[in-house]
Amino acid sequence: MPSFVITEKCDGCKAQDKTACQYICPNDLMVLNRDLMKAYNQEPDQCWECYNCVKICPQQAIEIRAYQDFAPLGGSVIPMRGSDSIMWTIKFRNGSLKRFKFPIRLTPEGHLGDDPYKGLPEPDFSKLKSSGFFNNPARTE
Amino acid sequence: MEKETCTFSFCARPEIVEVETDLLLIGGGMACCGAAFEAARWAAPKGIKVTMVDKAATDRSGAVAMGLSAINTYIGENKVADYVKYVRGDLMGIIREDIVYDLGRHVDNSVHLFEEWGLPIWKKADDGFSLDGFQARDAGKALLKDGGVPVRSGKWQIMINGESYKVIVAEAAKAALEYNRKATGVAQNLYERVFIVKLLKDVNDPKRVAAAVGISVRENKVYIFKAKAMINAAGGAVNVFRPRSVREGQGRAWYPVWNSGSGYALGMQVGAELTMMENRFVPARFKDGYGPVGAWFLFFKAKATNALGEDYCVTWMEDTKKLYSPYAEKLGTAIRNHMMMLDMKAGKGPILMNTHTAMAELATKMDAKRIKHLEAEAWEDFLDMAIGQAGLWACKNIEPDKTPSEIMPTEPYLLGSHAGCAGFWVSGPGDIPGAPAEWNWGYNRMSTIKGLFMAGDVVGASGHKFSSGSHAEGRIAAKTALALILDEPNYKPTIKETADQIAAELYLPYEVYEKYKTYSTDTSVNPHYIKPSMLQARLQKIADEYFGGISTWYMTSKTMLEEGLKQLEMLKEDAAKMAAKDLHELMRCWENYHRILSVEAHARHILFREETRYPGYYYRGDFLAINDKDWKCFTNSVYDSEKLSWEFKKVPYVQIIPD
Repeated sequence: MPSFVITEKCDGCKAQDKTACQYICPNDLMVLNRDLMKAYNQEPDQCWECYNCVKICPQQAIEIRAYQDFAPLGGSVIPMRGSDSIMWTIKFRNGSLKRFKFPIRLTPEGHLGDDPYKGLPEPDFSKLKSSGFFNNPARTE
Repeated sequence: MEKETCTFSFCARPEIVEVETDLLLIGGGMACCGAAFEAARWAAPKGIKVTMVDKAATDRSGAVAMGLSAINTYIGENKVADYVKYVRGDLMGIIREDIVYDLGRHVDNSVHLFEEWGLPIWKKADDGFSLDGFQARDAGKALLKDGGVPVRSGKWQIMINGESYKVIVAEAAKAALEYNRKATGVAQNLYERVFIVKLLKDVNDPKRVAAAVGISVRENKVYIFKAKAMINAAGGAVNVFRPRSVREGQGRAWYPVWNSGSGYALGMQVGAELTMMENRFVPARFKDGYGPVGAWFLFFKAKATNALGEDYCVTWMEDTKKLYSPYAEKLGTAIRNHMMMLDMKAGKGPILMNTHTAMAELATKMDAKRIKHLEAEAWEDFLDMAIGQAGLWACKNIEPDKTPSEIMPTEPYLLGSHAGCAGFWVSGPGDIPGAPAEWNWGYNRMSTIKGLFMAGDVVGASGHKFSSGSHAEGRIAAKTALALILDEPNYKPTIKETADQIAAELYLPYEVYEKYKTYSTDTSVNPHYIKPSMLQARLQKIADEYFGGISTWYMTSKTMLEEGLKQLEMLKEDAAKMAAKDLHELMRCWENYHRILSVEAHARHILFREETRYPGYYYRGDFLAINDKDWKCFTNSVYDSEKLSWEFKKVPYVQIIPD
């Protein structure tokens, strides 16, 4: 399963312009209950455990409880995603812990600015119908 | 059954938004992100409008939404011709070699761009061990394009720190779209949370696509995008067969659960020719969590055995050769599945990936610090792309250096970018020596429907593109789509359907629900309609039991297929009574309709091909062997969505790259 939302921690993203988990979920699962101002997963059996809602939640209010039709209780995997790396804390059913940190990117977010083609050549329209891309010919061997 | 119609007597009438663009990109995954980046560059000086429509948020949409731990196609020091041979071997001898070669000669530039945009790629250290993206940077290792040496897990695969792979690629695509938006002065050219339901043909040319129509999943709006050309990269089909986990675990599909066959259905409904739709992929993965095994096999050199420690690929080789030589000897993915299943059926399971012996073997050559790095690498493989598998190991107290883990063949999936090749018949590049002239009709990657280009999972007979190849293929398609647009400056897409007709068709499930919802005291049980979750459940049961799913060990036959197709026909009729209580369910209804069409194509293709081309993926019990004499050919079909009829033909396979 599926992602679940910790009642006490979720604030409905009321200070944000959009509900973060609802914005990011690739499968349109997260919704905001506007009466309670709390989010929830509306279709837990369609959750891929991609963790995108977990990673994006500004309150760290979302976690994953492993699929109960095959996973015993008690384990957890918690990410803390920063600007260039991610920290993972894995808790086993038997209580043991593992922590890992991995790089996620080598450029700052938004590094392309408003010109993603900076330093790349102009397209050559005489080659529009040949192989190759605007910036690079196809390889020959 | 009485026909239902939507007159907006019960549900709210949506606002109609009409968008006129030049090039429409359907999907926001790797292929369309590549298409956006390439297209926007060529489009700017000509004032051509490029628009992307994505059913999710592009930062995390498509098959790479979670991330990846490897890029599986990077040619690098290898030869493109060898890549073609590898793809041909794994896909049992029948691929479009012109398209696969074309992909191979282009793909590396996309990988180079990913690295420039900030994707951390592992590099080989001077002592031969691996450096992650930070370590490689700090050690001053060169970028791949400047001769940096990647860490190869296999001949074609390179290891990455890919948690943010899609975010990085989407950022460039979104910047490219914004560049195009400014160049053309349009108000908006990226539409997130808009789900394309169907394509419409041009009123003046029944062999040309003119529009794509869909629904907003957030607002009461129906969108009509008219375009001179479009790229369909809406992905393969998942949860079409009954999965091994049928409760909440069914979400843990191996391929992304949101790939609903839209890529196939969109093209089929306007009559684009399909090829090799009988192909499917049944990956052998870590049981239940479906975590990746590639790095374990290739990078950590782990061995899979039965519970008695025997190698099923040795035990069953002679037996397998009787029906499947010379393919058996190539040990492709399907064949390895086949032999694994023979052991499982003989009661010699569970099948185990011996992670513990592999790590012990590697550790003999390492100091403590390197062993720790190795352990982190093993976990990262899951945490980058199948986090649920890491969670399952934690719940079951499995540490890979101490215990082996079970592996198992999954339920079937339909796709064309990973180790599968179900998709559309498209024009090749036209400049590959040895390719038949009829394999090129002017515009590379264009389907048999003018203006409708394909990329990624839905290009048929050309698997093993993976993430990088899908990106590159989107770029290839974008370039030729722009060529078509420039060749026909006076073309104006025109459709016969009115906005009202389109809205009524797309909102029918909403109208049906509102009309009948109070008839029973529980809206989920009502004789007047079928909810999308039940539509999916019935589809999965039919596919599983009749078309060779897990419950029959992937076995089917002419008689089974024909019975299943009868039941599928009724399900298709019932789809006219789909019911949606909200916009989310409205999307689910149409997604499941797309699944039905994808499965129908799959079953009819299996019926047409009278042999077992993919043992280990599916079997025709009535034609159990591979029959190269009659069936080493492509199988192509066209669906007529008005007459609900199919036409099939064999198309000769042509070998371009010698053995």
